[in-house]
Amino acid sequence: MDLNFTPEEQAFRQEVRRFIDDNLPAELSRKVLEGKRLTKDDYLTWHKILYRKGWIAPSWPVEFGGTGWNAVQQHIFDEECADAGAPMIMPFGLRMVAPVIMAFGDAAQQQYFLPKILSGEHWWCQGYSEPGSGSDLASLKTRAERQGDYYIVNGQKTWTTLAQHADWIFCLVRTSTEGRQQEGISFLLIDMKSPGITVRPIIMLDGEHEINEVFFENVKVPAHNLVGQENKGWTYAKFLLGHERTGIAAVGRSKRELKRLKEIARRETANGRPLIEDQRFRDKIAQVELELMALEITNLRVISAEREKRTPGPEASILKIKGSEIQQSLSELMMQAVGHYALPYSPEALDAGWQGMPVGADYCAPLAGHYFNMRKTTIYGGSNEIQKNIISQMILGL
Amino acid sequence: MDFNFTEEQSALQDTLRRFIAKDYGFERRRELACSELGFSRDTWRQFADLGLLALPFPEEYGGMGGNAVDTMIVMEAFGRGLVLEPYLATVVLCGSLVRDSGSEMQKKTILPAIAGGELLMALAHYEPGTRYELNHVQTTARPDAAGWVIDGAKSVVLGGPWADRLIVSARTSGDARDDAGISLFLVDRNAAGVALRAYPTQDGQRAAEITFTRVKAGADALLGAQGQGLAALARALDYGIAALCAEAVGAMAALNEATLEYLKTRKQFGQPIGKFQALQHRMADMLIAAEQARSMMYLASVKADSLDAAERSRNLSAAKAYVGQSARFVGQQAVQLHGGMGVTDELNVSHYFKRLTMINATFGDADHHLGRFSDSLLAA
Ligand SMILES: Cc1cc2nc3c(=O)[nH]c(=O)nc-3n(C[C@H](O)[C@H](O)[C@H](O)COP(=O)(O)OP(=O)(O)OC[C@H]3O[C@@H](n4cnc5c(N)ncnc54)[C@H](O)[C@@H]3O)c2cc1C
Repeated sequence: MDLNFTPEEQAFRQEVRRFIDDNLPAELSRKVLEGKRLTKDDYLTWHKILYRKGWIAPSWPVEFGGTGWNAVQQHIFDEECADAGAPMIMPFGLRMVAPVIMAFGDAAQQQYFLPKILSGEHWWCQGYSEPGSGSDLASLKTRAERQGDYYIVNGQKTWTTLAQHADWIFCLVRTSTEGRQQEGISFLLIDMKSPGITVRPIIMLDGEHEINEVFFENVKVPAHNLVGQENKGWTYAKFLLGHERTGIAAVGRSKRELKRLKEIARRETANGRPLIEDQRFRDKIAQVELELMALEITNLRVISAEREKRTPGPEASILKIKGSEIQQSLSELMMQAVGHYALPYSPEALDAGWQGMPVGADYCAPLAGHYFNMRKTTIYGGSNEIQKNIISQMILGL
Repeated sequence: MDFNFTEEQSALQDTLRRFIAKDYGFERRRELACSELGFSRDTWRQFADLGLLALPFPEEYGGMGGNAVDTMIVMEAFGRGLVLEPYLATVVLCGSLVRDSGSEMQKKTILPAIAGGELLMALAHYEPGTRYELNHVQTTARPDAAGWVIDGAKSVVLGGPWADRLIVSARTSGDARDDAGISLFLVDRNAAGVALRAYPTQDGQRAAEITFTRVKAGADALLGAQGQGLAALARALDYGIAALCAEAVGAMAALNEATLEYLKTRKQFGQPIGKFQALQHRMADMLIAAEQARSMMYLASVKADSLDAAERSRNLSAAKAYVGQSARFVGQQAVQLHGGMGVTDELNVSHYFKRLTMINATFGDADHHLGRFSDSLLAA
């Protein structure tokens, strides 16, 4: 056992760091580090930089355009990107639908979609949840009826992250109402420009537009956009959910946020001293740091084991639970650090070009909103209650 | 020991409950919060008619002679309704300061005006970089021939944008963090040199950063004894803390009701989600937290009128810490148990959660007050 990085891994880190230093636009990383609002272009700018370098899809097999990095290298890469303030790479195409297309799609689908996912030409969104089907996803009702060479889709998806930017949506749809619920579900790829699709924003508690409702009214979808076999979509969906959960540990981003928390705690004052000297507050920072230290290693253990079997197992639930709780604690402590300067609501200050005078210190404006927003992390991607059910059933056999 | 309300208090509670249910629905509240003004002058007038604005003042100044328990009843109802009107700033904080420290003349002019709904006020005390420390005052007041000249900056003044008059804490002697040497002044919001930057707060209310540049105040602007303002401030803020505890308890009760209802009606896996034991236990913990917070709210309200300053502040810190912890738990879990619905702006759940979060950050968060209470153990 050795938890140190090897000289090769350290050299790899240097190489990644140098590349990021040379290529990540300073104004973009400033936006990310200061918690400003990111535009579609901001995400795509970084996506394309990595694409040109051949580094956009570290988790993909080499034959499809992956990097051939091992789990540790991928971790180092994520950590360096996060630390430098690179925008998050959207998981919907690269980490969610692509593995499904690789594993279950046909050659034509692989040839058409995978290169466009790599290049960023297609922005994907995930159409799983419905108003009546959240945790109980298998009860979903959006119907797809086969008519000749098409499926006709009717129904509604909801909570769809960044559907307002999306070119394509991968959907779970009901193609049969016979047998068990799980046995009548299919996995369909739908062009967002199809007539009959309406996207309606849902404003979140922080006042931001990040999620949407997506309505389908007699939407014609070519039958060749079905992935794998009809009524086998549930198997593919479960395969994908595992992939969604590993990304959700967010170790790299949390390490960056921890640094930011410490910086803020150094700049704020309590009783005439830097807040970080306040034992009660510092212990809270220390406690999150312990959690994060443990999670970093657990994360490496899980992804190393996965590389051998190639699909994430129920252990991914541990990453989801701890990763989300840590993100929430960090955002809460940052807000707490600024005391009553959590109160002012200034959404205009989240725009990168905003020239106004901040209320309080320049880092205050996004903090409360970020805390509110992070409540989502224990709800989405399979809520933490559902993750604990998975651990109870799949790991513990209860 | 007696946990019963008087007949008048029960009647007040009923009146307020009806008012919130009938006239202060969530959608109307949302419109008000987004309106240019940010609250309703008509509602304020209704408060005056109901006697709410006169509640804690002595009868000889047009008041109702009420105590902190009466204020608690009002604030608990306001917590349920997420009421935006500046009751805390005007009646609770500034009203009690004038009542407890004002000269005969000040009481005679100000209290009836507040009671009648004609005068809105705000307390400009905390400053940038002071966090929750009460004695950290760098704003100065220098005597001149006509009275005083005030210079300094105040932060997150609740209800500041609406105030006709401000109560400003300023140093008349001593250094930034000395207990002695803080004085209170009544300053006109429109006085020359008062610059106000107004903004909405995360919970839909309004506040302001206010700077004072060579602001002239008359000799009669001094409120209470010169240099002795800290004790008066501490007392008023304890009154405010008791009020905030009650508001939080009202909001928690509303959240727990909403969440319980959701557990009974939201179905997943073919059954109401309230059938899942994990959620039953969570909801039970939320109920426990709210009941314990209610007990601390009673303690806070009874002690807020105490004249023994050390005992009062020790108990108020205990209550603020405990209610803050409970509010955090109940708020977070109410959101969690609502799933995706919980993080939408559309549902009232997130608005209660945000208000509870901001109450925790106002006048000292749970950790700050736990620390003060903890320090008091050394003194005992
Ligand atoms: C910000 C955000 C972004 C999202 N993005 C997407 C997206 O892009 N695409 C997509 O398809 N979906 C997305 N989702 C949806 C997300 O996956 C669902 O919100 C989640 O699955 C929970 O479903 P629900 O909201 O219907 O809550 P419910 O399933 O109604 O759950 C309500 C509560 O009950 C609990 N609960 C439910 N069942 C059980 C049980 N058996 N035992 C114990 N507790 C239980 C839950 O944990 C939760 O606390 C997003 C959600 C959010 C908040």
